[in-house]
Amino acid sequence: MCGIAGIIQSDRQPVQQTELQNMIETLNHRGPDASGVSPLGSVGFAHSRLSIVDLTGGLQPMQSPDGMLTVTFNGEIYNHIELRALLSSKGYQFRTHSDTEVILHMYAEYGPECVQQFNGQWAFAIHDQKQQLVFLSRDRMGIRPLVYTQTPGRFLFASEVKALFALPDVERKVDLAAMNQLFTFWSPLPPRTFFEGVSELPPAHSMIVKNGQIKIWQYWNLDYSPNEEHRSLDDWAEELRALLINATQLRLRADVSVGAYLSGGLDSSVTAAIIRNFTNAPLNTFSVNFNDKDYDESQFQQEMIRELGTDHQTVCCSYEDIGRIFPQVIQHTEKPVLRTAPAPMYLLSRLVKENQFKVVMTGEGADEVLGGYDIFKETKIRRFWSRQPDSKIRPLLLKRLYPYMKNLQAQSPAYLKAFFKIREDEINSPFFSHLPRWDLTAKLKTFFSDDVKQELVNQDPLTDFSDQLPEHFSKWPSFCQAQYLESINLMPGYILSSQGDRMAMGNSIEGRFPFLDYRVVEFAARIPVRYKMNGLNEKFLLKYAMRDLIPDSIRKRPKQPYRAPDAHSFIDTDKQKARFEYVERLLSPEKLKESGLFQPTAVQRLVKKIEQGRAIGTRDNMALVGILSTQLLVEQMIQGQPAPQENKRTESAALQT
Amino acid sequence: MSSVQSIQSDVRNFVADNFLFGEAPESLNNDDSFLETGIIDSTGVLELVAFIEDRYSVEVDDDELVPENLDSIDRLINFIESKLKELA
Repeated sequence: MCGIAGIIQSDRQPVQQTELQNMIETLNHRGPDASGVSPLGSVGFAHSRLSIVDLTGGLQPMQSPDGMLTVTFNGEIYNHIELRALLSSKGYQFRTHSDTEVILHMYAEYGPECVQQFNGQWAFAIHDQKQQLVFLSRDRMGIRPLVYTQTPGRFLFASEVKALFALPDVERKVDLAAMNQLFTFWSPLPPRTFFEGVSELPPAHSMIVKNGQIKIWQYWNLDYSPNEEHRSLDDWAEELRALLINATQLRLRADVSVGAYLSGGLDSSVTAAIIRNFTNAPLNTFSVNFNDKDYDESQFQQEMIRELGTDHQTVCCSYEDIGRIFPQVIQHTEKPVLRTAPAPMYLLSRLVKENQFKVVMTGEGADEVLGGYDIFKETKIRRFWSRQPDSKIRPLLLKRLYPYMKNLQAQSPAYLKAFFKIREDEINSPFFSHLPRWDLTAKLKTFFSDDVKQELVNQDPLTDFSDQLPEHFSKWPSFCQAQYLESINLMPGYILSSQGDRMAMGNSIEGRFPFLDYRVVEFAARIPVRYKMNGLNEKFLLKYAMRDLIPDSIRKRPKQPYRAPDAHSFIDTDKQKARFEYVERLLSPEKLKESGLFQPTAVQRLVKKIEQGRAIGTRDNMALVGILSTQLLVEQMIQGQPAPQENKRTESAALQT
Repeated sequence: MSSVQSIQSDVRNFVADNFLFGEAPESLNNDDSFLETGIIDSTGVLELVAFIEDRYSVEVDDDELVPENLDSIDRLINFIESKLKELA
């Protein structure tokens, strides 16, 4: 994978090479193998390279033979071999074996519409000298990041915000509206980022910058409308299986070894099993385990390791590990997080790097695309219950759904009804599926300072989201509405970003996701709901299609969402104090007053409650992690004090083979 | 201080310390619903019950875990009083 950056001077001033260098140096972690800058008059591109395809020939920024097109590209176009053949038949000649050169020629042939033919994950910019414009694009699912900002006379873009902040004319300020959205949805809604004036090109969007003007459009969208009810279960299963095998094979295209994550869950097991059974690639797998058995899935991992005979490496993660690396984690996420789940993913990608791998395959996206999340099941139960709100039996399904949530098990139907929003006005909301989660998260805003609350008094994040829903959203089945909300919000904004790209690239590792091949995604949108979730059996079609490859113990195990310990990673309840100096410092009244975002007295009450080991639930945990990560971001990115270097000696994770 | 006042003071302090992080304690009226105001979540209900059991040495049965008993300061006071009467 790589890092990209660029400057476009609308005032026609020449771009300074030193500025490009300053930008790209902040992205060394994304591309440690090589870097290049190309000042081209009033446009300048920069690139840091992680070499994966055509190790010697893919240097960037890359120009077309006539020098009229220049590209800086982060990502992979997996079907570049097929596109190369197409372009060759049209007379194009190639100097390299890289997918970067394919992008250049595809743009020359098809213009901005070229992205319709790409199968991959990308964020790139092309300078078209003839047309006097810059064309930027981001992949359909939002796997690769692309942010931009405008300052007087300039347009700046990069893979990460820190590259923009490398320039002195970019203002560093928290976007309170984005903070309001994040403390509701877990992520700001694109194009907002956590920083005022810095925007994100949304997934599946392209953009043209010309004469100081920008034009943005969506080139692809999810559509759950076509429903082919006449097809048999076997027919659906056969096609899903063929698509997943092909998507996996395509994603093994690399001139370096490709590893795979193996969590012990269904999705990563499917990906690993396909590699083992349908390719000649060696299978090296990696996983993270937890000292705290509440979070540990190692028994299921061991089962798949035995089944597939993989060469496997594990990293073990403790409370202390999470707390210790959290400042580095947040430096990479560039947005607050409400759970610590990204931290173990950072340790995992480090394990991959230590084993000399650059690329990993993961099962990410299967839950969104094929209907695996508890939130979909919960939605189905809530709809079922709402038809008979006084039923005493129906709410018991919710308890069955969350056997690992001890607090929920003790609730009466009366309380369940209140917590799960079985109310007339909520049943008809387009956000019915997500209201319990968003309401719970929004309660964290009680910690906002009076000034922030005042600033946000007339803002409603749900209205912001409503404005982004597609025209025919209301015609889709409830289940698909929930899938859509998850796929355009939490997946790109948190799962693929804070937990995905940023944690992998922090250690110069590229993630690849067969379940997010756009052909799989488009196909899955057409699958009848009853085959996605059969009764309360989630990802039914995937389990059915892969039944000969995955042992029953994995296919039939209760789904366990990936979680990591939260508050205990930062506060030691035995000693009743913070585990780390930075936790104590950033949650101190002085630091909280300095940032001005949270109420010091409220935070102190929360910390005291956690220190004393009083029962704490989801809300308290999310509040602590959200406040701490926000404070870290303010210190690191607004005030410009990067996270301290880790102490590698004490930090190196315990490896087990 | 009468026992009702003492229970009220204990309950209000507990709610303020554990649930009202960013709200002024005086902003909570005794008849405000915890559910309607979003003060407690599913964990909060259990925290309330644990508090009642520890503070007043009573046992709360599963069928008593209903909003009618637990969903406001006033309801909590009434519930605690009735439990204490049972013990007397």
